[in-house]
Amino acid sequence: MIAGILAKTSSLVCGTSVEWRCDPHSSAQRVYFGNHSSHLDFVIIWSALPAEARRLVRPVAGSDYWQRGVVRRHLADRVFHAVLISRTPGIGCRCDAAKASVRRMADEIGARCSLIVFPEGTRGVDGEVGAFKSGLFHLSRLRPDVELVPVFLENLNRILPKGEVLPVPMLSRVVFGSPLPRVPGEGKQEFLARSREALVHLQVAS
Amino acid sequence: MNSVVDAALLRLVGGVLTLLVFASAIGFVMHRFSGRGPKRAMVENINARIRAWWVMASVFAISVMTGAIGSIVLFSMISLLGMREFVTLAPTRRADHRALVWCFFAVTPVEYGLIYAGWYGLFSIMIPVYIFIFVAIRVVLAGDTERFLERTATMQWGVMICVYFVSYVPALLMLRIPGFERQNAKLMFFLVLVVELSDVLQYIWGKAIGGRLIAPSISPNKTWAGFVGGTLSATAAGTVVWWATPFGPVGAATMAFVATIMGFAGGLIMSAIKRDRGVKDFGSLIDGHGGVLDRIDSLCFAAPVFFHLTRYFFAA
Repeated sequence: MIAGILAKTSSLVCGTSVEWRCDPHSSAQRVYFGNHSSHLDFVIIWSALPAEARRLVRPVAGSDYWQRGVVRRHLADRVFHAVLISRTPGIGCRCDAAKASVRRMADEIGARCSLIVFPEGTRGVDGEVGAFKSGLFHLSRLRPDVELVPVFLENLNRILPKGEVLPVPMLSRVVFGSPLPRVPGEGKQEFLARSREALVHLQVAS
Repeated sequence: MNSVVDAALLRLVGGVLTLLVFASAIGFVMHRFSGRGPKRAMVENINARIRAWWVMASVFAISVMTGAIGSIVLFSMISLLGMREFVTLAPTRRADHRALVWCFFAVTPVEYGLIYAGWYGLFSIMIPVYIFIFVAIRVVLAGDTERFLERTATMQWGVMICVYFVSYVPALLMLRIPGFERQNAKLMFFLVLVVELSDVLQYIWGKAIGGRLIAPSISPNKTWAGFVGGTLSATAAGTVVWWATPFGPVGAATMAFVATIMGFAGGLIMSAIKRDRGVKDFGSLIDGHGGVLDRIDSLCFAAPVFFHLTRYFFAA
């Protein structure tokens, strides 16, 4: 029930219009990967999903943020069923810890669940989509059976920018793209560039 | 509290109800005979519009009949929904966030609170004087000078159109008109009826006759036939219901005419804004109509003029 109310409220506050360029009711396991610019991002993706998909989707989130306080912990565990990972500072360092996190994501979704991830790793500034970290690549290697669906979020950085507490309830848009085609033998950099391109291209009206 | 509902208001509501039944019947017949092709889409849009009119007219009638509080709540909601559509298209930057938060969560409730309190003096200058200045100060304190004037002016316009102008509709309840005490709800009904009817009639005349566009660089839908036919027939409708106003027949005709002309200008101005921002509609909240601002664009510009003319010529 909390989940239902939360989904309705957040999409109401953010005046979200949702556009699907793939089947929203597909039973395939998916990794939804979106651009990250606001605290609202994953709640909005989550609330844009059909109710049955919402029950099976698990956002990947930083444990440093979501384990602070009773309310956040309850939301993360009981409402969102988040996969909490410890964020590695900087890019490229502590490779083992990052790999372990990705392995956990791949394991935690089992044979039924889907994931919501933000491959930039952190919130970008002013709506620009930053470079992708390698997590998405490793995840796609570990779970070649899972569909990778780009999700473009528009205006959420204006509704609740980094560092602000109160939202300005403007209208926002969520675009679910079609799953990323698999290219056998593709290298890490090519894959990351291609998946980022697929995401950025969604902001152009089809 | 005495009820604001009297025989004349009920007759106005009854009239609107009759119009809607009539419109739905025509819509049904058109649907039966529209066949396939592009005409079908137009008929479906018309029927979506009529269905939305049922909802909008019901919400409006109910809130008017609940007295001041109902109308104030309804129009403050319209202001907030309009603001969100306006600001979404505004070229604001990150530094404008706090100013916008104030506009949404402080300015709007205070403006409508002043109407409820009946404080006309502050109601009429708060936004054009104090908020105008406040927005500029808040933005300048944020320190981002990029396109400063454009951003500030857009926010000021947003608050003026969506909050200040819209609030003039329930502000009609504040006027003290001799011999018309406790009947101001009908004044509100008259204004909204005439302006919205004018929009509808302009659409119908425009579609029925077609002909030359009145402002081709601004709107592809507004024709001379629509403008002349729509404003005149809406003025006639306003004259017919003069008994619901304190104006008398000639006064009602004049006030209705001014309201329709202002409404037409409002529609043009808002179309120009949309064109500049490269969108067709402000939003998609109202099925068939677009966003809230697409529906109230004419009302925004008619309400303040209607209010002040009434205040100057008829109020005590």
